[in-house]
Amino acid sequence: MLDLQGYGPRLIEGAGVTVQLAILSLLLAIVLGLLTATAKMSRSWLLHKVATLYTTVIRGVPDLVLMMLLFFGGQIGVNMISDMLYDHFDIDLYINFNAFAAGVLTIGFIFGAYMGETFRGAFMAVDEGQIEAGKAYGMGNALLFRRVRFPQMMRHALPGLSNNWMVLLKTTALVSVIGLTDMVRVAAEASRATHEPFVFLLPVAAVYLLIASVSEWIFAQLQKRYNVGFGGQ
Amino acid sequence: MDITTWMFEWLEGNAIFTPNTLGYYWDGFVTTTQLVFLSLLAGLLLAVPLAILRSSRHKWISLPVYVYTYVFRGTPLLIQLYIIYYGVVFFDGIQETFLWPILREAFYPALIAFTLNTAAYTTEIFRGAIKATSQGEIEAAKAYGMSSSLMMRRIILPSAFRRALPSYGNEVIFMLHASAIASVVTLTDLTGAARFVYARFYAPFDAFLFVAAIYLCLTFAILFVFRQLEKRLLAHLKPLSH
Amino acid sequence: MKRILTLSVLGLAVAAATSAQARDYDNVRIGVDVPYEPMEYRTADGELTGFDIDLGNALCEEIGVSCEWVEQEWDGIIPGLMSRNYDAIMSSMTINDERRRQVLFSEPYITMPSAWFAPQSLDIDEANEETLDGMTIGVQRGTLQDNYVTDNFGSVADISRYATADDMVLDMDAQRLDIVFLDFPIGHYTLIEDNDGEYKEVGERISEPKEYFGDGFGIAFRQRDEALAERFNEALATLKENGTYDEIHARYFGDE
Repeated sequence: MLDLQGYGPRLIEGAGVTVQLAILSLLLAIVLGLLTATAKMSRSWLLHKVATLYTTVIRGVPDLVLMMLLFFGGQIGVNMISDMLYDHFDIDLYINFNAFAAGVLTIGFIFGAYMGETFRGAFMAVDEGQIEAGKAYGMGNALLFRRVRFPQMMRHALPGLSNNWMVLLKTTALVSVIGLTDMVRVAAEASRATHEPFVFLLPVAAVYLLIASVSEWIFAQLQKRYNVGFGGQ
Repeated sequence: MDITTWMFEWLEGNAIFTPNTLGYYWDGFVTTTQLVFLSLLAGLLLAVPLAILRSSRHKWISLPVYVYTYVFRGTPLLIQLYIIYYGVVFFDGIQETFLWPILREAFYPALIAFTLNTAAYTTEIFRGAIKATSQGEIEAAKAYGMSSSLMMRRIILPSAFRRALPSYGNEVIFMLHASAIASVVTLTDLTGAARFVYARFYAPFDAFLFVAAIYLCLTFAILFVFRQLEKRLLAHLKPLSH
Repeated sequence: MKRILTLSVLGLAVAAATSAQARDYDNVRIGVDVPYEPMEYRTADGELTGFDIDLGNALCEEIGVSCEWVEQEWDGIIPGLMSRNYDAIMSSMTINDERRRQVLFSEPYITMPSAWFAPQSLDIDEANEETLDGMTIGVQRGTLQDNYVTDNFGSVADISRYATADDMVLDMDAQRLDIVFLDFPIGHYTLIEDNDGEYKEVGERISEPKEYFGDGFGIAFRQRDEALAERFNEALATLKENGTYDEIHARYFGDE
């Protein structure tokens, strides 16, 4: 049943690429988002400016354009650095900027900006009293972050996080345009070769819907978990 | 220095941004603007009735609309575009029908895909806004003896439109950015022009940074327009003390 | 913007100017854009084959290095070379001045004209500004055919740009394109031989002006790899002398 005119195995492989790409990009985006949110709330003028520039520019430019810029341009940039190392310091460093890494970096970088906004809003929504209570208990900054700020923040961030994840998941389809063999690319290739687009594109669309539905359920569970003690929504 | 002399000197000084390539970018700008504007307009016209149906208390009315928005919001626009662009070709005999001169151009399949996509998102935005209508307004309308269609027209929709404005502004920007995939089906939109310039001169930074700057300006222009609209239409929602 | 431009141009100049040192290769990775029948394509069981592939393998054998083929789409094929995803490009790449600024070419190993192909129903004998007026022309993005058509017919015709030659054939089948402009052998293989009589060649094959059509197909290397290019040039001369080249040529273009 999953043969699909011989393309079945490759489509499943492609689906694996899509899922890995989405999850790794999400992790990177969360890390970048936390950094950005911290920078935006910091007292340093420079950090604040840099973070604002990052979120504004990224959110003002289409994902595909950023992806092409980072993917095609990134290759040349990396190459310049390694050439320089080789010519001047005789260091033969080979940096393989492959399509998958480029995809993760680009999507993570793009969604880091969106996550930054989500986290910033969520951190600010944490009740000041909670923090003061933590300080009164003699918690250090790190402990305060782990025990109070972060879990409280997550409660506010989850809806935005879930929303960003849904958009991110669909954005992964764009990597097929820059040459990464995800399931969209396999399906498009197969449609061309067999002249039967529906056979391949509809199942791929269904897989996206499936992933979206499963993630919706997971986020609903998480929301319940983080809402413990707050009653209702 | 005079801005035009500066422009010409700058243009002469580089091999990439010749009047010729700027012409491609201009054509790309026109295509992008047409695509985005027309799909948003058509999507809006579709979304209003769909949002009303979606808000219906009868499941058999609201469910089909929900399925439509769920599918179109849950799958990548790129797949929708592929299905429509490649899909129409394989209806036997489509080439002989009156539709073909339209569907043959890449522009219209792209327009259809974008319209259906934005209509799905906009429907959900409006539904949320309709649902948020305050109960008091509805009761007041009922007390006036308004029929439900009159109430929809006079009370619910106008206030829902206003409430939907900020989210709709985001949708407009989202659509502008999403339109970048038009170049995948051979359309020379802004991104298509950048890809062409990149492929011809192997200059990714120049080609894509330039087009990124254009998109950034367009995004700011849209943001500005919606800020102004919000100021005028949502003035009554502002806290009085400000 | 201006500063960014200068910076990136400067960067390229630095990369180009410092090509003094060379590396020794015992394994050469070659970038190729597949499929481009009969130059490079996969057989039904997935084996990579074609004129470029066979000649490339023969060249590597002659030089005494092992060859590894790396697939890369045309769009990113030169950046991929620069970023050392592979060490050479052998993918029906025409030698021209725009590319010479980026890469170092071997001597040309084959010369191929470009040609127009259209459905039988298209009623023109020659492709020129008048006959192409209002038509939709298909080309592969970033090829010299793209440049030629864009500069010469961009004002009278619509130009559709595709990522691969395959996409173009599909839209030609779908009747979205009136005419396409391709490397002759590719058009001949995919449109004339693989379809029974649906398509025809239109007008003369074109290999002038040199400004667009260059000097034949060459193997591209990074500017610094002069020694490697030289080894390939020597091997090419040997294969041409000892008959291996002719044998491979006959395998793919025997009936010409």
